[in-house]
Amino acid sequence: MKIKLFGPATIAAAATLAMVSLPVMAQSPIKIGFVTTLSGSQAAIGEDMRRSADLAKEHLGGKMGGKPFEIIYEDDTFKPDVGKQKSEKLVQQDKVNFITGYIWSNVLLASLKTVTDEGDTILVSANAGPSQIAGDLCNKNFFSTSWQNDQTPMAMGEYLQKKGVKSLYLMAPNYAAGKDMMAGVKRTFKGQIAGEDYTKWPDQLDFSAELAKIRAAKPEGVFIFYPGAHGVQFLTQYSQAGLKGQIPLYQVFSVDAITLPQQKDLALGILGAQEWVNDLPNDQNKRFVADFKKKHGTYPSFYGAQSYDAIMLMASAAEALKGDLSSKDKVRAEMKKANFKSVRGDFKFGNNNFPIENFYIQDTVKDAAGMLTLKTVATAMTAAVDPYASKCPMK
Amino acid sequence: MEYLLLQILNGVQLGLLMFLLAAGLTLTFGIMDLVNLAHGSLYMMGAYIAWTLIAWTDSFVMGALLTLPATFLLGVVVERVVARRLYARDHLDQVLATFGLILFFNELVRVIWGPAGKSIAVPKFLAHTIEIMPGAPYPAYRFAIILVGAAVALLLAWLVTRTRVGMLIRAGASNRRMIAALGVNIELLFSLVFGLGAVFAALAGLMAAPLTSVKIGMGDDILILTFVIIVIGGIGSIKGAFVAAMLVGQIDIIGRAFLPDMLKTFLSPSAAASAAPSISQVLVYVLMAGVLIWRPTGLFGQKN
Repeated sequence: MKIKLFGPATIAAAATLAMVSLPVMAQSPIKIGFVTTLSGSQAAIGEDMRRSADLAKEHLGGKMGGKPFEIIYEDDTFKPDVGKQKSEKLVQQDKVNFITGYIWSNVLLASLKTVTDEGDTILVSANAGPSQIAGDLCNKNFFSTSWQNDQTPMAMGEYLQKKGVKSLYLMAPNYAAGKDMMAGVKRTFKGQIAGEDYTKWPDQLDFSAELAKIRAAKPEGVFIFYPGAHGVQFLTQYSQAGLKGQIPLYQVFSVDAITLPQQKDLALGILGAQEWVNDLPNDQNKRFVADFKKKHGTYPSFYGAQSYDAIMLMASAAEALKGDLSSKDKVRAEMKKANFKSVRGDFKFGNNNFPIENFYIQDTVKDAAGMLTLKTVATAMTAAVDPYASKCPMK
Repeated sequence: MEYLLLQILNGVQLGLLMFLLAAGLTLTFGIMDLVNLAHGSLYMMGAYIAWTLIAWTDSFVMGALLTLPATFLLGVVVERVVARRLYARDHLDQVLATFGLILFFNELVRVIWGPAGKSIAVPKFLAHTIEIMPGAPYPAYRFAIILVGAAVALLLAWLVTRTRVGMLIRAGASNRRMIAALGVNIELLFSLVFGLGAVFAALAGLMAAPLTSVKIGMGDDILILTFVIIVIGGIGSIKGAFVAAMLVGQIDIIGRAFLPDMLKTFLSPSAAASAAPSISQVLVYVLMAGVLIWRPTGLFGQKN
């Protein structure tokens, strides 16, 4: 009975599958995996990245090098183990051509080997830039459309140094990126470090003990790195503790288009450093920001800009190879040329596949319509190379 | 001096919040012999329900006051529908079922309120600082938490030591079977205690919300610490929960405020700063281990 039932049916199914799958293979779309945080307290960041990547797809007409492409989004739920699992699924099951996204350094570090070594798949980080990957562990399959973690705080430190700030209190969460950020600001800021605190990540949202220490230390400035929802909490508590207006706050990645709607006026006048600001005057950026605003009613964030660039970078490689991504070596070579128009203006890769780029100082202001946004006020660094590049053996 | 005072206040505030959570947990554990992992979910539900009611009434105080009866009802429903079936089972079954409740509540919140999380603003009349001492400004909202927490602790002490219900609760905590045998309506008592526990958890959740944020799984992080507190204090003892919560609150703050400076005397500043949060997290467990060696039933636990 069993043979009668399953035998012919299985053969028939297999035959049908074979017939169907052959023509599909011939024009199979280019697949891009996108690992980001789409649930929980940091979901808003992932949503902004998804919107920007979708906008890039729209601007490309849904095609790369003449081939249609699809973006498969996966939620890392803000956890390294889940991020690794999802990356594994994208590489092994979906067999994606590229993988991108990665907000968090710890998620990226957990997923890296699975993707670049075991899977031999090209990874473009659209945000996280842990120092390890920029130096000894640099990888031919890894590219970044963001920065190395140390760089943005280095730009902030340089600015504060020039401004003549004498003492600075540093605060960051206790994980890979937090450590890089602290190291970064100390590379360029040579004044006195009035104190430094690492807080538990990600569950510490109460900064009462640290704020009391800041009050006692009386620094000339406070430097923070609290991305996403944590930045909202920090600013609220900073103001509740009565420190706002007494000690100026300087930040990296703690005030952006995503957090501003919740931080509201508390963010006004807080200076930060960033490699991209929504008002950078190049055509690609004007189009990106205008179309994003038209569609979603808000400004895009730097997370979004980096995601948009990541898709555009892949498209430039696919374009040059006329959609034939079969040779990984050729794809890598084309990626390295960075032959695309970045929303941040000039863009080229250094030896470790991290961008060589400018960093700007931004202020929080209100636009003509009264909406809170960020505005470029100074250029802190031009054509900056990250401090780990020399440790990377790649050329 | 001002600095020390501020840090002690921070510890008291944290301790009182955790006491509110621990009070309900220690009662359900002590009286019903129920390991309720879903206690953290009640904390989360309190914050979410408060968010809705505050938006609806447009007043923090009104919203908060309405949240309390709402979560009492929620607690009673959970007790009647789920918890009641678990009292006679062993602890492993209870852990499994209440863990299921955590997943259920997390998913429920995702369906009703969405995945992104909410924030509750500090009420306007508390959004300033007050001078505890000259040169020691303290956020008024945190001070309000201390006052409310202390008031609830006093109320609870009065309820447990001076009222008939309290007498039954104490009797239940020391010998459950005996009070059932004496003809006390134990089902009603259990519902009441569970509902009361839910109210305290919700109060902690809604008061913590403006300081942290309202998000899925917010109760899961704090639940483990709450269990540590009731183990240190002695299961079933309100007094123990209070003392242990205060201890844990102070230890947490000391770890964050003073440990980096102490470590700096023999470590590099960066190493000290990054080691301190990890060590302060461990300190609480060291305290628990110490108490368990010294007094296996906790500081104020019943000796069996």
